[in-house]
Amino acid sequence: MAVVLVLAEHSGGDVKKVTLEMLTLARQFGEPAAVWAGEGAADGQARLAEYGAATVFVAAGGDFTDYVTAPEAELLASLVADTSPAAVLLAATGQNNEVAGRLAVKTNSGLLTDAVGLAAADDGKIVAEQSVFGGGTIVHAAIRAGTPVITVRPNSVAPVPAAAAGEMRHVELAVSDAAKGARVTGRIAADRAERPELAEAAIVVSGGRGVGSTGGFELIENLADSLGAAVGASRAVTDAGWYPHKFQVGQTGKTVSPQLYMAIGISGAIQHRAGMQTSKTIIAVNKDPEAPIFELADFGVVGDLFAVLPQLLVDIAKQTSG
Amino acid sequence: MNIVVCVKQVPDTGAERKLRPGDATLDRDSVDGLINELDEYAIEEALQIKEAHQGEVTVLSMGPDKASESIRKALSMGADKAVHLADEALAGSDALATSYALAQVLSAIGFDLVVLGAESTDARMGAMAAMLAERLGVAQLSLASKVEIDGSQVRINRQSADGYWSVEGTLPAVISVVEKINEPRYPSFKGIMAAKKKPVQVMSLADAGIDASLVGLANAVTEVVDFAERPPRQAGTIIKDEGDGGNRAAEFLVAQKFI
Repeated sequence: MAVVLVLAEHSGGDVKKVTLEMLTLARQFGEPAAVWAGEGAADGQARLAEYGAATVFVAAGGDFTDYVTAPEAELLASLVADTSPAAVLLAATGQNNEVAGRLAVKTNSGLLTDAVGLAAADDGKIVAEQSVFGGGTIVHAAIRAGTPVITVRPNSVAPVPAAAAGEMRHVELAVSDAAKGARVTGRIAADRAERPELAEAAIVVSGGRGVGSTGGFELIENLADSLGAAVGASRAVTDAGWYPHKFQVGQTGKTVSPQLYMAIGISGAIQHRAGMQTSKTIIAVNKDPEAPIFELADFGVVGDLFAVLPQLLVDIAKQTSG
Repeated sequence: MNIVVCVKQVPDTGAERKLRPGDATLDRDSVDGLINELDEYAIEEALQIKEAHQGEVTVLSMGPDKASESIRKALSMGADKAVHLADEALAGSDALATSYALAQVLSAIGFDLVVLGAESTDARMGAMAAMLAERLGVAQLSLASKVEIDGSQVRINRQSADGYWSVEGTLPAVISVVEKINEPRYPSFKGIMAAKKKPVQVMSLADAGIDASLVGLANAVTEVVDFAERPPRQAGTIIKDEGDGGNRAAEFLVAQKFI
């Protein structure tokens, strides 16, 4: 059976959920094999095995953290040559769309980014579902040449365990000088509360123009924290400087696809909808009954968010403490 | 410094965008074409680099004749000249073919620095800077929220999931920029008038040494199997807050097992 290579997303030895999702998707096309670039593989191995990785290819060393994207692409290209996989899956992050682009060039392969689902066609071809034009159109796409290189959006599937051996295999790879053109000299994390990552979060609470100020965002953060959610913001908010740019959801910001998206004081302009339209459940709170966000909402409250949210917070506290 | 800015004409994100039923390519006729929004930040950054370090800014765009509108806009912002890669054989090219075609042109015209927007609003792949760097064998300094150039050294802040990385490399290099890097200037009246006289070199496949068997819809390595408009969401329950809006929202969360 062909292998399916899955580039593991990890941080300090912890395996990110999107990796388990990709291992779950990979099973239908062959034997999942995780690829671990960098340190910490021993800490992640059990988790990868639990979710179906028969093999864990490990390339340790500092090159993967010291240089941008090219070393990972070289690693994956060497594994593609060695294992002739049915596909290579990567998480659809800014970083990995670039790794995937390089890999597609190296292997002369078709590249599909930001898949929200993967299925096998009758002829065995891998078909990726993509949600394009701000979620307004669903496209099924396939690859006609080379090894399918596909990046997968977090939360595309529920991860399902399926125990496998998780056999660690060390990969000897001398990263070329050509791959060392962009050197990382520092990493600066913006101050960050203990909240889930926006792209990965199961619940996202976003605030818009209606929140009115930086101060108003405390209410959004309180609601997010009461639900274990990530905080998002509309472009109006980030342009006004009320909340940092990296939290922007929408056409020019992040695309999220959580189980629950709460749009608070967001009118729902098409550019914002582009970033959240594929959310499973949407709740909207807005003063304006004509706000287009209500067309998307599974549940909407027409009212003043400064009245609705405090009441909601009290009820959530009652539920979660009792 | 020889700076080349890659510019893509895309359908207006404010309009309803569609694929064409026949070949599943982008319907460029029914929607106004605009310069890709992030590319305006790329043009602005290129102009600022030129203003600080001397040199010349060339706009490079691959696209149908209509793309000349976007090229003109870039020139009116202050770019010096343009190259328009326009050939019917390019229609329907996928990312792999596009990166090949652009790399061929860039090799032909030469560059110290290539600047792109981090992604286009239509395809949203965010891979082109990396693909060009891979093909051209130069440093990839992408997703930049800040660019500093000192001689042949380039330092950027690279946007990451939780902040940024400091990344450095040497020229020649490919840079891509994110929205927060600058505030693109508006073309002045003088700029608009001047743009009309600026040279635009139209290149064909042959001019750029592009192998026709590697580009275009027929040679694409990806294909659209089928597509459909997303079915409208089921109409939800919309209530007016009559003093119990928060309670009712909480009830919904309980019913849906979110709390």
